[in-house]
Formats: sequence, C-alpha cells, structure tokens
Amino acid sequence: MGIRFVLLVNKQGQTRLAQYYAEHLTLDERRALEGEIVRKCLARTDQQCSFVEHRNYKIVYRRYASLFFLVGVDNDENELAILEFIHLFVETMDRHFGNVCELDIMFHLEKAHFMLEEMVMNGCIVETSKSNILMPIQLMDKAS
Amino acid sequence: MEQLKTIGRELAMGSQGGGWTGQSKEFLDLVKSIGEARSKAEEDRIILREIDSLRRRIAEPDVPRRRMKEYIIRLVYAEMLGHDASFGYIHAVKMTHDDSLSLKRTGYLAVTLFLSDDHDLIILIVNTIQKDLRSDNYLIVCTALTAACKLINEETIPAVLPQVVDLLAHPKEAVRKKAVMALHRFYQRSPASVSHLISNFRKRLCDNDPGVMGATLFPLFDLITADVNSYKDLVISFVSILKQVAERRLPKAYDYHQMPAPFIQIKLLKILALLGSGDKQASGHIYNVLGDIFRKCESSSNIGNAVLYECICCVSSIYPNAKVLDAAAESTSKFLKSDSHNLKYMGIDALGRLIKINPDIAEEHQLAVIDCLEDPDDTLKRKTFELLYKMTKSTNVEVIVDRMIDYMISINDNHYKTEIASRCVELAEQFAPSNQWFIQTMNKVFEHAGDLLNVRVAHNLMRLIAEGFGEDDEGADSQLRSSAVNSYLRILGEPKLPSLFLQVICWVLGEYGTADGKYSASYIIGKLCDVTEAHLCNDTVKAYSISAIMKICAFEITAGRNVEMLPECQSLIDELSASHSTDLQQRAYELQALLCLDSQAVESVMPLDASCEDIEFDGNLSFLNSFVQQSIEKGARPYIPESERSGTFSVSNYNSQYQHEASSHTLRFEAYELPKPSPTPATPQISVSTRTTDLVPVPETTYYYTENNQASKLPPVSDASSADHGIKLHLDGVQKKWGRPTYSSSSSSTSSEKKTNGVTRIDGVSSPSRGTLYDSKGQQSEVSAEKQKLAASLFGASAGKTEKKLASTQRAPKATTATAERPGVTRAVSPEISKQKAASSPPPDLLDLGEPITTTTPTIDPFEQLEGLIGPTPGPSTLDNSVTTSEQKAPDLMTLYTDTPPSSNSSISSALGDIHSSDKNSQMAKNVPSIKKGPNPQDSLQKDATARHVGVTPTGNNPNLFRDLLG
Repeated sequence: MGIRFVLLVNKQGQTRLAQYYAEHLTLDERRALEGEIVRKCLARTDQQCSFVEHRNYKIVYRRYASLFFLVGVDNDENELAILEFIHLFVETMDRHFGNVCELDIMFHLEKAHFMLEEMVMNGCIVETSKSNILMPIQLMDKAS
Repeated sequence: MEQLKTIGRELAMGSQGGGWTGQSKEFLDLVKSIGEARSKAEEDRIILREIDSLRRRIAEPDVPRRRMKEYIIRLVYAEMLGHDASFGYIHAVKMTHDDSLSLKRTGYLAVTLFLSDDHDLIILIVNTIQKDLRSDNYLIVCTALTAACKLINEETIPAVLPQVVDLLAHPKEAVRKKAVMALHRFYQRSPASVSHLISNFRKRLCDNDPGVMGATLFPLFDLITADVNSYKDLVISFVSILKQVAERRLPKAYDYHQMPAPFIQIKLLKILALLGSGDKQASGHIYNVLGDIFRKCESSSNIGNAVLYECICCVSSIYPNAKVLDAAAESTSKFLKSDSHNLKYMGIDALGRLIKINPDIAEEHQLAVIDCLEDPDDTLKRKTFELLYKMTKSTNVEVIVDRMIDYMISINDNHYKTEIASRCVELAEQFAPSNQWFIQTMNKVFEHAGDLLNVRVAHNLMRLIAEGFGEDDEGADSQLRSSAVNSYLRILGEPKLPSLFLQVICWVLGEYGTADGKYSASYIIGKLCDVTEAHLCNDTVKAYSISAIMKICAFEITAGRNVEMLPECQSLIDELSASHSTDLQQRAYELQALLCLDSQAVESVMPLDASCEDIEFDGNLSFLNSFVQQSIEKGARPYIPESERSGTFSVSNYNSQYQHEASSHTLRFEAYELPKPSPTPATPQISVSTRTTDLVPVPETTYYYTENNQASKLPPVSDASSADHGIKLHLDGVQKKWGRPTYSSSSSSTSSEKKTNGVTRIDGVSSPSRGTLYDSKGQQSEVSAEKQKLAASLFGASAGKTEKKLASTQRAPKATTATAERPGVTRAVSPEISKQKAASSPPPDLLDLGEPITTTTPTIDPFEQLEGLIGPTPGPSTLDNSVTTSEQKAPDLMTLYTDTPPSSNSSISSALGDIHSSDKNSQMAKNVPSIKKGPNPQDSLQKDATARHVGVTPTGNNPNLFRDLLG
C-alpha cells in the first residue's frame, strides 16, 4: 500500500488537509488518530529525526514555516524518499500558487487535494513531474 | 493544441491561480475565522455555526451551481475538522453529475472524502462514473478513474471493469496511467475479479510514457510479492529499465533535484530485491546495475541517500555478492557517521539488514550504534533496539535484555511496551544462559508489563519453575524454586502488581512455598491472604490464591502437622464461600472439605510437587462400559460422538465467522449453526484437575461446561501448564528451546512484532528516568572506556569486564549471588550511562524550545540541511531566485519559534516574525525588499490586497497564515 495518509497540520494542531488511502475512517477514529499523532510529532525537536514509529506504521513528517506535513506510511517504505515526496508536494504547490502559504491551501483546499490526487493513487506515488501534476489543474482553471 | 501551448507558457511563468478572488465573502470569512481560531473549542464553535447555516442554505431551491460548489467545500471543511456533515452528502453526489469539469471534480473529491466504499450512496455514483469513463474529454475520464479507485467496491467492479480495460489503450498517457492504477485498485480489492487481466500490467510495462511504465510497477510489485516465480522472466527487463533511468534516458521532467526519476528507481529496486531474493541466477543480472548506482549516486542530497538506502536493502535481500556488499557497507557507514539523525536512523536500519549476511559489518560501527542507543531521540533509540534484537546471541543476551527492560520501564507507550516486552521474553526463552537469570528477567518483565503480556508467557514461566533444568540435578531445581519463592515473597511487598504476575506468584507459592522448609505454612498462607486483600484483584487471582492455600494445607496435613487456621484465612474462606463466582465458591468449599479428610486421603488427592507428573487417565472412560451396556440393553439411545452429530465447530471458528459477518455488511444466506458447547471435552478436564480441585466431580463438570460456553478464559487452577492442552501435559518444548548450541543467532529474527491488538494507548514521551540522567558530570576519557566496555559486551569483541561477568554468571550460579549481583550490575551501569550522556550530548530540553537551540546549535543542523535543501541545490527556477545567505538563514530558522520566544528577547524575535510574516504585505515588502523572496511580486500584492479586503491582515491574529512555506 505504501502511503496510508497525508495530513497537513499547523503548529496549533489544527488540521489543514487530510487524505486517507488505506481505509475509510469514521469521524471519531480520524479525530483520535490525528490528535494522537499530532501530539507525538509536534512535541519533537528539530534535532530529532523526522520519523516516528506509531502503532504498526511510521509517520514521516516535515515542517515548513507554520505547517507540518505528516505522512503515514507502511513499515517497508523508504523514509527518506517520503521526506522528499513531501518536499515535492510543497514545491508543486509553490509553483502553482506562487510563494505558497498556509492561507493559500486554506482558500484552495480542493486544488491542494487535486494535486495530491495526481501525485498519489492507491497510496502509491504515481506522478513526480510537476508539469504533469499541474497540467490537469491548469486546464481545468482555463475551462471554467 | 493551441490551448496547451498557452498553458505551458503560463506554467513556465509559474504564476496564476494564486489569487483568492472568485470566492464569496462568506467563504473567505469562514477561512479567516478558522485560520485565526486560537483553540479547538473556538474552532468547534465556528464549525457548528457553519454547519447550522449550511444545513439551511444547502437545501434551498435553485442554489446557483458555483455557490453549491462552495457549500460543498465548506462541508469538506466541517468533516475535516471532525464534525458530521452527512446531511450534505447527497448534494456532493449530485454535483458529480455537473457538466463543468471543475464542479464535477469537486463533487467527486467530496464524495471520496465523505463516503466509504460500502456507503449506500455509492450505488448512485457508479452510473455517473460509467458515463464519465466514456466521455470525450480526457480530463473527465481521468477524474472518473481517480474516483473509481476510491469508490468502486468489490461488488461494483464488474460494472466498470470493461471500460477501464479499454482505457488502458487510450491515446492520452494520463488516462492510461490512471487506468493502470484503477486496475491495480481492483486487484487489491478482489484479486479474483481481475485475475484474467493481469497480463495487461506486463504489456503496460513497455509503454512509451515513463509515467505509465512507472505506474505499472505498483501492481507488478504486488503481483510479484504474491508469486515471485511467475515473474522471474522480467528480471532482465527491470534491470534494463533501471539502467536506462539511472543513465538519464528519461525526460528531464522526471528529475528531482538532479536525480533521474528517483521514485521510479526506488520502486524498481524494491522489485528487484524481491526477484533476486535467494536466487543466484536472477541476482547475477542485478549486481552490475547496483554497482553503477552506488557509484553514481550523490550522497550529498537527501534523495540520493534515499536511493542509496534502497540499494542497500536490495543488496541485503538478493544473493550475496562481495563487491556490492562492500559498496553497501560503505554507504551504511557513511549514514552512521553522518550528523543527521535521519541518516543515522537509515544507517541503523541498513546495518540491521546487512548483518544478516555478514555479522562482522557491525563491529566497525560499535560506537556509533551505542551512541544511537543512548540518544535522547526515541525514534533512533527504538530503531537501535531493533538492531540489537536482530543481533542477539547467547553471549550478549544479558546486556541486551537488561537494556531493553530498562527502556521498557521508562516508556509509557503501551503498544511499544508490549512489543519490547514480548521481544524480551522471546530472547530470554531462546538464549537464557541460566534459569535464575531467566526467572529474574521474567520477574522484571512481568512486574512492569504484566498486563500487556500473553497468558501463554505466564504458563511457560510456571512450567519452567516446575520442571527446572529438566536434567537430573534435583538440587539445582530446588534451589531454583526457592530462589523464585524468595524473590516472589519480596516482590509481594510492592504496592501494585499486574494480575498475570500475581497468578504466577500464587501458583509458585502454593506449589513450592513451604518446600524447602524455610518458611512456615502459616507465613505463606498469610502472604497469600494478603495478596487477595492488598491487591484489589480479580476472581482469577483469588482462585489461584485459594488453590495455593489449599495446596499448602494439604502438604501440611500430609506431613502430619496440624493446620492452624489463621483468622484472615478463615475470613477469606467465608467470603469466597459466599462469592458470586461459582468457581470461587467451589474452591472454598473444596478447601473446607479437604481440611476434614485424613492425611492418607489428602495425600492421594494432593501429592507433593506433582504438577509435572503425567496424569494417566482413560479418555474412553472404559470403566463405564458395563454401565453403558446395561443402559443400552434397557433401551437407552446410544451415544453419538459430537463430531458426527454435526461438522466440526470450534470457538475460534465461530469468532472468525462472527468477525467476517461484522466486517462485510452483506446478508448471510446459509442457516445459522446450532448452538453447541465448544469441543474442549469436559471429561479430560476433570481428570487433569483431579489432583487439586476435583473432590466432587459432577458439579465440576457442569462448571467447566458453562465456563467454556461463555468462553471466559479462566485457566484451570489445578495445573496452569495444562491449560492450553487440556488432555495431556506437554513437557517438551521449553527446554529444547533455549541454551542449546543448535540455535544460531539468525533464529532470533523470527518476528514477534505484530503480536498486539486492541491495546489501549497512553501517550506521552516523558520518561521518568530521564531527569536523573543529566545531573552528573563525567570525564571524557572515562566515558569512552565505559562505551568500549559496553561495545565489547554487545558485539563480543575482545573480552571486556562485562564479558567476564557474563561468563561467570553463565550456567548454574547460586541463586543468592545472582539475585544480589543483578541489581548491582544494572545500578553500576546506569550512572555511567548518565555520565556519558551528560558529557557526549548537551541536555535537550523538550519544554523550552528557545534556549537550547541558541546555545547548543551545532554548526551542522540536520533540520537546516533538510530545510535548506532548496537553497544549496539549484532547485527549479521558481524557487529561491534571491540569494539566501547563511546569515539570513539563521534568523529565518529562529522565527520558527516565535510562538514560544524566550522572554528576554521576545520583542526582537517577534519583530523578526513580523518582518517575515509580512512577506505578502505590500508596504512592508517594499521596505524590506531583501527579505522578499519568490518570483512573483504582483501575485503576492494581489493576494495581499484581497486578503486585506476580506479583513485578514498579515499582522492579524495569526501571522503564520501568511508565511511562505518554502521561505
């Protein structure tokens, strides 16, 4: 399966984007899970490594200004590669929004989701070329 | 085509789409208020209000379509923030019918976020998906395929499958890629439904488009995992693809930080690792390309290291080859020597893989491993424990398990505690150098994680104490037992003990409490009574306790001594005779009955130390034959064995059926099974338990009968080791398991990782011992000597002191010395460790983010390396056009902590924060042009203007909202 979820959370622990791949969780399950892992990751310092083992999977996280990008992955996933996947996602958003900031993602939640949809299917990273990721979204903007 | 060109141009300019125009004031207000909410409660209030208003307005007639899209996104917000918005699902479903691509896609997105694939509304969407898959607009087809991945369940696969297969040949590569992934999804859902189509994946592997080829790797990986041998022919293809990728034959667009298609490389390496595993011939094809990648790969970038790590994994999986193994070892050592914690983590993991092939590789890195073991970073520490677990052998088991236990005690995370406890038990069972050590280790594990352990572990421990060495040395056995009794009597003083541990203690005290004559019967009985009182324990412990009392009384009577009934014991008996539990009542009455019997009868009922004796019994109950014969002659119906009355049926069987039922919401059409007792025969239970409990067989039978029916797992008290087996005592197993040379170190890697389920979790990272670790100071030289010693004991290098100690404790040490020595050793080691820590790493303080960073920030900050990746490596042109010198970088990093600034210079740092937060503030941006980054000032200005128009200001409640993520 690879990626189980992608979660964007700000410093206060407020969710900014959430996408789950492994299974559909109920609201309560999601709330519990997000609270738990956010507490775990936000308590860590910059010197510590960007990986946290949690239950039977791992969380790879990376911080950009006020936003934490948390990606839950299966145990056999390459952590460093996921770290770079996060960066690629941010770079892609940056290319689209121009100097992307938290508010951009909030105002264009669906666009951020669309980019993620292009990059990840079934929990697998299927597209890494920024122009390929953004093409459908730009075309869609054009059409509407 | 024309359109594409303009879009390409716009893409190259890297702008547009960033403005916040075109959205209603309401929506902007909502985002603003969420963005500035200071607490979860405030956020909840906002969302509840929002839901209220949406509920009214979304149902209004003739909502404009664009407005509806916005409502749907607001619903997504509500659900994302944890509130139910199910009232609006149907509107999201309706939106998928819309003609406009943007609206349709938003509709699909919302539906995939809201609904699980077995939701009732899914059936309404299948039709839409079918229609969209036939669309002329390839973007609509793509959207439908994306939705199909999430929404199509096993039952609806046939409805869309033919179309998806057709789309595999679509002229647009984006469609082909998504069709491959949809098919992959169907395979994951229900392999049988697409089993006739998997040849398509092989075909698509040769697709002209690298994106499609890359996508097929995922289904192929799954297929190869399921059945390696059918895909051996593809080894050469995969190798040649990997070679081409590594030689930069793919379009530049797939490069990531100048690494050619790293994600595809990684997936290919994973596949090759599977195919080459244990296959010399296949591996032969792989070595070359691995060598190439090792040579070419840049170890200065994160992504380069990601690929290198995957190469190491591949090397450790395929048939060993000296050359690539050397390269892998070299890369691993680079990881371990790095200052970045992330790389160290990868290094430890890589080392754990390589030592399976060549254990010697670890030796070079002894000190690095010990550094990681003592690192305050929990993640790194755990990974290191995993490594130690993999390299445990009989020479270092004591050091490793001791450390594991110390760590286990210090953590609160139940999930991991369980895992590490079961690892300790596993290692102890496999490699224990002596029985005493085993028991002491088990005591510690039980004391601190007893409630998390499997019952089986307790039974094993009791069996071991009963059986002893299993050799002829009776003296050693009784010494072992009395040491166990001693330690348990001491432990009973602890205020709180896990129930499972108490069960073991009660049982051992009952069997052996008075065996060596050191303790009087009344002393032990008193202790046992205390157990039930002091520990507000459950019925199981009480049952163990009362049975233990009964045994002791029986031994006393047998020995011809008078049993004085202590008042507290009498009151316990009285209490239990009136218990709600029939089991406890039974035991209490049995005890009273036993006290009235003469010594001969008692001896035959409860022989001394007979828990290991084989109890012979006649399972056929042949002594009843004549009775049965008579009855049949009188016209009774003959007995038909249960198995013949109906097929086999067991509790576990029932459970799995039940679970299946719960998970799939389909109707069951077959008839329900007849309710039956579980097959565990009642009769053997009786005969096994004869020795202790069974004075009155008939009620006992009914008792066990009901007990089994309820599946409440009360182990039979008579002999715990018989609990699992029912019929016969299995005396083999444990002894063979450990201490024998037949066990190689590799056998330790049998994984016990995923043992736990349904464990409630307590979060928190604080470890009680941590505080004490930092207050002592030590000298560098002493530290390194200590480390060397530890290294020696772990890695079995030239004998250090610890090694000698190991040798001396091995095999048959005296119980008393062992007990005295053990705590001594750990205590002696731990202050040393703390010294090392204090000396080697400055104390990181979790609570105060500000200070230690300024004071301790080393010249190389792993996070800075990560964050600054875009800086040093020439990234895409849109990023970091302006030069960010290291001086500028530093304050940038500091502003990350504006939330908790040190009080003294808070004004400065908040001012800094302001400057940064106002990147998009037009006036400020003009004032500080040097800090302003990014290619697109107009865009930012526009954004800012809109924001101000809406009322969100960069200097408002939450300036963070404006901070560039890639600053």
